[in-house]
Amino acid sequence: MSYIPNTDTDRAEMLKAIGVESVEELFDDVPEALGYPDLHLPPPVSETEVLRELREISEYNVDLEHAPCFLGAGAYRHFVPSVVGHIIGRSEFYTAYTPYQPEISQGTLQSIFEYQSMICALTGMDAANASHYDGATALAEAVVMAVSVTRGKRRKIVMSAGVHPEYRAVVRTYTQGAQLTVIGDTTSATDISSLAEMTDADTACVIVQNPSFLGYLEEPDALRALADAVHTAGALLVVSADPISLGLFAPPGDYEADIVCGEGQALGGGLNFGGPYLGYFACRKKYLHKMAGRIVGQTVDRHGERGFVLTLSAREQHIRREKATSNICSNEALMALAAAVYLTAMGKTGLRQVAELCYHKAHYAARQLSTLPGYELLSEQPFFKEFPLKCPRPVEEINDYLLDEWGIIGGYDLGRDYPELANTMLVCVTEMNTKEEADLLVEALGSMEEEA
Amino acid sequence: MKEPLIYEISSPGRIGVNLPECDVEQTPLPEEFLREDLPLPEVSEVDLVRHYVRLSQLNHGVDKGFYPLGSCTMKYNPKVNEDVAKLPGFVHTHPYQAPCAVQGSLFLMYHLQEFLQEITGFSGVSLQPAAGAHGELAGVLMIRAYHESRGDHKRTRMLIPDSAHGTNPASTTMAGYETVKIVSDDRGNVNLDGLRAHCDDTVAGLMLTNPNTLGLFEEYVQDIAGMIHECGGLLYGDGANLNAIMGIAKPAELGFDVMHFNLHKTFSTPHGGGGPGAGPVGANEILAPFLPGPIVVMERLDESCEAGEDWEEEAYCYDLQMPASSIGRLKAFYGNFGVCVKAYTYIRMLGAAGLRQASEDAVLNANYLLSRLKGIYPLPYDRTCMHEFVLSGPLPGTMDVHTIDIAKRLMDFGFHPPTVYFPLIVPEALMIEPTETESKETLDAFADALIQIAEEARGNPELLHTAPHVTPVSRLDEVQAARKPVLQCLKG
Repeated sequence: MSYIPNTDTDRAEMLKAIGVESVEELFDDVPEALGYPDLHLPPPVSETEVLRELREISEYNVDLEHAPCFLGAGAYRHFVPSVVGHIIGRSEFYTAYTPYQPEISQGTLQSIFEYQSMICALTGMDAANASHYDGATALAEAVVMAVSVTRGKRRKIVMSAGVHPEYRAVVRTYTQGAQLTVIGDTTSATDISSLAEMTDADTACVIVQNPSFLGYLEEPDALRALADAVHTAGALLVVSADPISLGLFAPPGDYEADIVCGEGQALGGGLNFGGPYLGYFACRKKYLHKMAGRIVGQTVDRHGERGFVLTLSAREQHIRREKATSNICSNEALMALAAAVYLTAMGKTGLRQVAELCYHKAHYAARQLSTLPGYELLSEQPFFKEFPLKCPRPVEEINDYLLDEWGIIGGYDLGRDYPELANTMLVCVTEMNTKEEADLLVEALGSMEEEA
Repeated sequence: MKEPLIYEISSPGRIGVNLPECDVEQTPLPEEFLREDLPLPEVSEVDLVRHYVRLSQLNHGVDKGFYPLGSCTMKYNPKVNEDVAKLPGFVHTHPYQAPCAVQGSLFLMYHLQEFLQEITGFSGVSLQPAAGAHGELAGVLMIRAYHESRGDHKRTRMLIPDSAHGTNPASTTMAGYETVKIVSDDRGNVNLDGLRAHCDDTVAGLMLTNPNTLGLFEEYVQDIAGMIHECGGLLYGDGANLNAIMGIAKPAELGFDVMHFNLHKTFSTPHGGGGPGAGPVGANEILAPFLPGPIVVMERLDESCEAGEDWEEEAYCYDLQMPASSIGRLKAFYGNFGVCVKAYTYIRMLGAAGLRQASEDAVLNANYLLSRLKGIYPLPYDRTCMHEFVLSGPLPGTMDVHTIDIAKRLMDFGFHPPTVYFPLIVPEALMIEPTETESKETLDAFADALIQIAEEARGNPELLHTAPHVTPVSRLDEVQAARKPVLQCLKG
């Protein structure tokens, strides 16, 4: 095995130095009856063979490089500049562990510090951490943090139904041992003002997603009014936001959010069948010490030179154990690096340009699709890059047809999560979709109705 | 050696990427929704590349040199793993594509579940957790859900040895349980009398790492399992140290009910400077119904699934399913799939014999390194070790030399220091895990360095106190960083 340098000669010398006869002797503490079980695994293969095998397996997937795609719903196909892969592919970055020894980890530490700065820039918050596993777990940790900020005395979480259904599920999984009540997400029609009405002295936080899972943009004034109501009640406002939308639209800091988190996969990450992704997380300065996860801070070395270290670790599990703010240890550092490289490549003007392209192309597609007989937009509410489209038949039926007959990957079936939205498709259009693709989708849906 | 911040090399008007023109008729933007300013850097592509390449050069990684960070299993990360994880069929698949359109991904996940079950003896595996601690949370929530399902509501305490990783008690708190600390005995095992004294009908379970964080195999693991099961509790396995026992013993047969894997340790996937990892969780038949989901199942092919027509295992296809009594979702989608691709590839290349060889050589390397350092550094628990061992920093005949000084001085020799000050039960701990992918020459060079440092500690302690000397920055002031936090470089 090429990954193991020891030769039989090495092994013999090492055993002699240890003072044992055989490797088996080193395992004398293992109960004899249970030792050396046969593992029934397929016979090992060489590198050539494994490459062939994995390529063949991968080819059983319909990949989005070969199929126009209108599927989003929390995982997005955005342009990933070549520089991203080249930087995160440097093994100085990817073969390092968590930067526990700062003097030989300045590359990781400085890049995270820059990432934290860019996340603060995007969200309008004061401080960001080094990442969570994904948008869903970042939101669940925001809930845990809000409960802790309100000293564990408040037991109610008000969560909009506009939050991604799987994020809502993860919030419930994370809090099942904590005796919290989660309300507010029973109907898809939750509006911002109704969330304020549900907020009271027992509420730890109110959660909204903007743009919502249905793609709609919430009015900044309504959000500001919600923030006022939430703060008056002594609770925190948590906002889950698509970071690409923040290239164009008001940062949650502008409407007084306390915690901003979300899925950062769109920032230079691939789709990767759902992971690894990136949970970004930022908050106001006053809540800093309740934030979970790694945080990088600036300091100086013995000679007064600037350097970076992991800091405020008195919050963390390796120091505080059962009293830690969270159990998180490993995070998604390499995806945070990808996000930093992406945001640097896009820069001040590029990210806005990407967001505008998404906006214009999605609105073009929406206009064209709503001209089709039997199809109409669910509402006139402003949206970003996704919109619900009412369809004349079940979405699953349409998607099967689109894939089989046209090689198109259709949108998300909203009926899966919202029974009242049966036959409604969440259509996603990004800068990666060309006008031709949108026109093809319209043509395909049109001919489906003609054939029917 | 200083690299400016990316904001410090920013210059208005520069762009790092060329984007396409808009090819559709534009729609007016809703003015009242827009942001005013976006303070991101402005640099050209070449500035960007040089900045990050220079930053990368300030790092130590496995590809640069020895990284014996105890409990982290910093083995070599095979390059073929990186290549296969970048195959377009894996990278460019959306998690919500219809199962029929992603049979390749589901096939891989299903068979990785099966491989991990076979290696450990568990009857079910969920790939959903994204890291070890995430798997721990899953496991404790599963134990909780099991007790609740039986109407057994009085079990609120989780027993945790004092040698355990900090994530164990932290995960326990997140799951709503109280932590009870169990002391270790003078051989580094769980103290059986201490454990027995805590075993009653309020015990939800015990979280045990085996081999434990001292690098020692729990000599009475079966008795421990018996004791916990007898009082109605369940045994959680922290799988961080699985690298010592692949093909040597199956955790399920040792008595564990549920365990997490660290694919980024045992199964060679790189750690990425902190992540992504993957922390699948395995369970026996009692707890498997409670696994987080969805998991991948293999089904007989029917009309609803046509992908099997030219598929190797013709009569089957793969689908996602929630386990019967699942604790629910632990993250969006299905786990860190890209990491799973690498672990699958590793297991396919090693096979059963290769995995056992890896464990045997990991343990051999650790014991060899220990044999070279024993007698020079204090060894609190003098036993045959598994894949790692723990020395104690205070060197006989030295004054005011601490483990931190030894660790920093090691950097001058081109080595990453071991894990330090953990486990907490060893004063000034140095936890050393060489892994199987290091040669005898590397182990000897590392031992020579530590032996030289021990001599320096007596003859020239200042050399240690001022270390490191050849790194991009000298020793950093962590106190100042925490006292006056500067966490970003923008105003405010």
